Amino acid sequence: MAGSSLMENLFQRTLEDLIKGLRLQLIGESAFLSKAIDEIRREVKSTDSDTKANAIHKLTYLSSLHFYDMSFAAFHVVELLSSTRFSHKKIAYHAASHSFTDDTPVLVLITNQLRKDLTSTNELEVSLALECLSRIATVDLARDLTPEIFTLLASSKVFVKKKAIGVLLRVFDKYPDAVRVCFKRLVENLESSESQVVSVAVGVFCELALREPRSYLPLAPEFYKILVDSRNNWILIKVLKIFAKLVPLEPRLANRVVEPVCEHIRRTGAKSLLFECIRTVVTSLSDYESAVKLVVVKIREMLVDDDPNLKYLALQALSVVAPKHLWAVLENKEVVIKSLSDVDPNIKLESLCLVMAMVSESNVAEICRVLVNYALKSDPEFCNEILGSILSTCGSNVYEIIIDFDWYVSLLGEMSRIPHCQKGEEIEKQLIDIGMRVKDIRPELVRVSRDLLIDPALLGNPFLHRILSAAAWLSGIYVEFSINPFELMEALLQPRTTLLPPFIRAVYVQSAFKVVIFCLNAYLLQRGNAASSSYIDKLVPDVPGLVSECDEPESSDLASCDSPVHCKQDEGFNPRVLNQSFEGLLPEHCGEETATRGQVSASSSLKDGFTHESIINLLNRVELALAPLTGSYDVEILERARNILCFIELIKRKMPDCLVQKEESLGREEAPASQIIRLMHNAFSNDLGPVSVSAQERVPVPDGLVLAKNLEDLETIFSDVQLPSSNSVSLGSPQYEDRAGFSLPILQSKEEPGPSNESTSLLADHRKQHGLYYLPSAKNEDEYPPANDLKLQADTNDGDEDLVKLTEQFLVSKKKPNHAKPRPVVVKLDGDQVHIAANPDRKEDLLSGTVRDVLLGSDTNHTSSQSKVSTKSSTQRKGKDKLNVDSVTESKENLGDIEKHDQGNPSSRKSKHHSHGKGRRHKSPGKKGDEREENGQKVKQKSSHSHSKHKARQRAEVPLNVVALTPGIPDFLL
Amino acid sequence: MIRAVMVINTQGKPRLAKFYEFQPVEKQQEHIRSVYGVLSSRAENVSNFVDAESIFGPDTRLVYKHFATLYFVFVFDSSENELAMLDLIQVFVETLDKCFKNVCELDVVLNYSKMHTVLDEIIFGGQVLETSSTEVMKAVEEISKLETASNAISLVPKSVSAWRNR
Repeated sequence: MAGSSLMENLFQRTLEDLIKGLRLQLIGESAFLSKAIDEIRREVKSTDSDTKANAIHKLTYLSSLHFYDMSFAAFHVVELLSSTRFSHKKIAYHAASHSFTDDTPVLVLITNQLRKDLTSTNELEVSLALECLSRIATVDLARDLTPEIFTLLASSKVFVKKKAIGVLLRVFDKYPDAVRVCFKRLVENLESSESQVVSVAVGVFCELALREPRSYLPLAPEFYKILVDSRNNWILIKVLKIFAKLVPLEPRLANRVVEPVCEHIRRTGAKSLLFECIRTVVTSLSDYESAVKLVVVKIREMLVDDDPNLKYLALQALSVVAPKHLWAVLENKEVVIKSLSDVDPNIKLESLCLVMAMVSESNVAEICRVLVNYALKSDPEFCNEILGSILSTCGSNVYEIIIDFDWYVSLLGEMSRIPHCQKGEEIEKQLIDIGMRVKDIRPELVRVSRDLLIDPALLGNPFLHRILSAAAWLSGIYVEFSINPFELMEALLQPRTTLLPPFIRAVYVQSAFKVVIFCLNAYLLQRGNAASSSYIDKLVPDVPGLVSECDEPESSDLASCDSPVHCKQDEGFNPRVLNQSFEGLLPEHCGEETATRGQVSASSSLKDGFTHESIINLLNRVELALAPLTGSYDVEILERARNILCFIELIKRKMPDCLVQKEESLGREEAPASQIIRLMHNAFSNDLGPVSVSAQERVPVPDGLVLAKNLEDLETIFSDVQLPSSNSVSLGSPQYEDRAGFSLPILQSKEEPGPSNESTSLLADHRKQHGLYYLPSAKNEDEYPPANDLKLQADTNDGDEDLVKLTEQFLVSKKKPNHAKPRPVVVKLDGDQVHIAANPDRKEDLLSGTVRDVLLGSDTNHTSSQSKVSTKSSTQRKGKDKLNVDSVTESKENLGDIEKHDQGNPSSRKSKHHSHGKGRRHKSPGKKGDEREENGQKVKQKSSHSHSKHKARQRAEVPLNVVALTPGIPDFLL
Repeated sequence: MIRAVMVINTQGKPRLAKFYEFQPVEKQQEHIRSVYGVLSSRAENVSNFVDAESIFGPDTRLVYKHFATLYFVFVFDSSENELAMLDLIQVFVETLDKCFKNVCELDVVLNYSKMHTVLDEIIFGGQVLETSSTEVMKAVEEISKLETASNAISLVPKSVSAWRNR
């Protein structure tokens, strides 16, 4: 036996051999490593501790740097821990702290070994055990070893003492009751003469205070003393961090702290401490004007420093201070803007944030101009970063800062053309949103859209497809502003549209439809005008039967929801009605729809555009382009192409009549063709507006409407219906759903002023009754463009010098205001603001409510407080307040059940806490009082401390009955 | 606290990795890879900060220093000061320099356990323990002495392995 182990030992590879072998291996790294692992698996089982130690050493190395799982060796690590030799112990502890988790089953076996080592006379062994404990301590280990750690806290050796203090953090985390035992000694160490010890102690408090600052307010005097007296930068930084958390909780503290902090700022030469002071001021002391001024001076120094780190941090500090003291940013704007061209992506990003913070109504145009120009030259990632921040800044709060929408819309168009632009969705959303909200801007929108659509190159860039979809939609819906609809049609039908995804192609087709309708209608109007008021151009000798024949199929084709009944009614009435309107009311009646939108276009530039040939050409062109699409596999495209083709076919059949016979016609009645066209035109010219998010909520449920709560029976109905590919239906084209289903009926009712009152009222009724079905679709409209812009992170760089030039320009022109035009009306709905404002509020409420629940165990909503406590105990680990709440129950529990008592098992704790909370509730007089009690309790605990857990536990219950033992912070500080 | 310390060479090979909150090895590897991915694309003479939240989750920062063929990377949260962490990297490297006399990547590769010994004297359970490289050296030397002494008991394998290495 001994012989074999000696042999093993002799020929075993050490870690050093392994590393060297790895560097020289010829068989490939993974093969070499798996061979080594096989070897280790064998060696680790050896009875010889040297062999075992070597194997574990190698395994830890492989696990740490080559990422092999070493959990299989956990037991062998435990075996090795008990070795008497220091070198073995060291290897074992290292392996344990590297690989053990809370779930490692063999952890329960090491408690005794750890205890032995913690009490060892060899300080290096103690240190090993502490080191390991600081990584792997579980609830059980922390509980069982608290007495040993407590003893070590008083060790005379700094080497051990500082580690004992350090380990407390993990111990408190896992086993909050340890606070009762160790807290006093921890606090005492704040006043230690050894700066290393103070440093670690302050570090522990800093971690604790970050999690639950309120509990440490009573210690403010101690921290204050350190802040004033200490000259150790490490310690001061930590103390400053603690104060940054405490000050917001206790305003009187700020008064005391602000002077020493400023003193440090003036005095120190250490950049780290200086920056920490700056951060403390900008985050927690920003109400103190003098301090802020001092800090801004220092920030400026850092900004112009050569060290990019200081520059970066200074920019960061500026962006923290910006919301409250914008002047600080404005003072440094030159540096900030120049930083946009820094080589460092971090600095570029920070300065971009700051630039956006400076944007206001008066300078938004100039800043955006500079930024867009710069985006053109920068690398793709930063370019999108810039575009994203422009979009979000300009679009924030319903385009609050935009006055000149003409400019903004053309900026959007320009941004779309930037080669790296990936913000298609956001631009699409804004284009449509502006179209709906700002009436006056529509002509410009159509112009920008046309420019986008007409450029065949853009179709090749998939990132732009969403923008093109918006452009197509806009130029379809607002076609009357188009300068040249024929050109637009060419753009919509150009061959390269095959590059578009189907749901956007469908938008194109539908827009083409709208353009066709518009052109035909304009043609009719024009002719109507030309052939003087008494002549109605296209008169077919009226044969009523024929009319109804062709009308019916058409209406069912095109406007599927339009019931034939209505159509028939229309036929009966329309000829006369429209006749009348044509005779007398052309300016007014058609004006109703057209005047608001169409005056510009239809009347002026287009007049000469619509000749018979051009219309015929147009129709032919459309037929030619769309005919292949009737074979499309995409339902949306197929359907829309069919609609438009059928319509054209219908019109063409009627066309010759209405055109040829114009001379002889003595117009009394209107041709069915023009009738159809008018109908369709009106259907498409209904105005769309934004819909408030809360619109649906405001619709009262009509009497007698019973909505089934349980919609499960729908399942059975739809079970055999395969949902249409949702992409094409819901994403791409909700508008058209509307067009066909929603707008048409309403328009129709508008169109028939007198005689068709019945149908109007019918529709109105229908609408009233089924308001629910109308609104959601309108709401969709509003939400149509999904708003999510991905924040990309820029990390390539691009040194651009001429930005500086731009900067000068911008700085000069910045001052002059740009209010040439009055701001157009932007439709704003209350929902928009509600949407923006409500969220944070609610969050805040929830948070503070939770904290209160946890603190006080209030009875109002018990269930939630329970769950909050449980999550808190597992995630938040430890706050002093929680100790007071949990510890009593926990210690009771600990006596019984060890195994269950870890993070994974909040349930038992939960239930006990529940009852405890109740008990507490009876005792506590009120929330305020309770809070103070807690502070009092802490002070008491601190001042008269007992080593015995038992006593401490008793005391914990006592102060609950006593109201406010001592105030939170002794007065001498305040 | 400090979440992790990594030393990665310019080819992306990890030379030292220590995570102060337990992470499964796969996760460790993933983190190291993504950190290297970011670092390798950064130019010289830029700031030493990297946005780490996309890699390590919220409230994390990362500073690094580039020495010869090695990146020294510290990941930490808001309870540490960024510049102080840079100083701490300096302390670490200085100590290694004292330890190995002009430290180079090979020293780091071959002295796995010594690296950890040094690091453990500087950072303890994610907290800064010691910032003076002299103090650290004192402790490290003591530990090495005891290690050698405890190994001296078994002279045979030691000498044999030394012979084998020749």
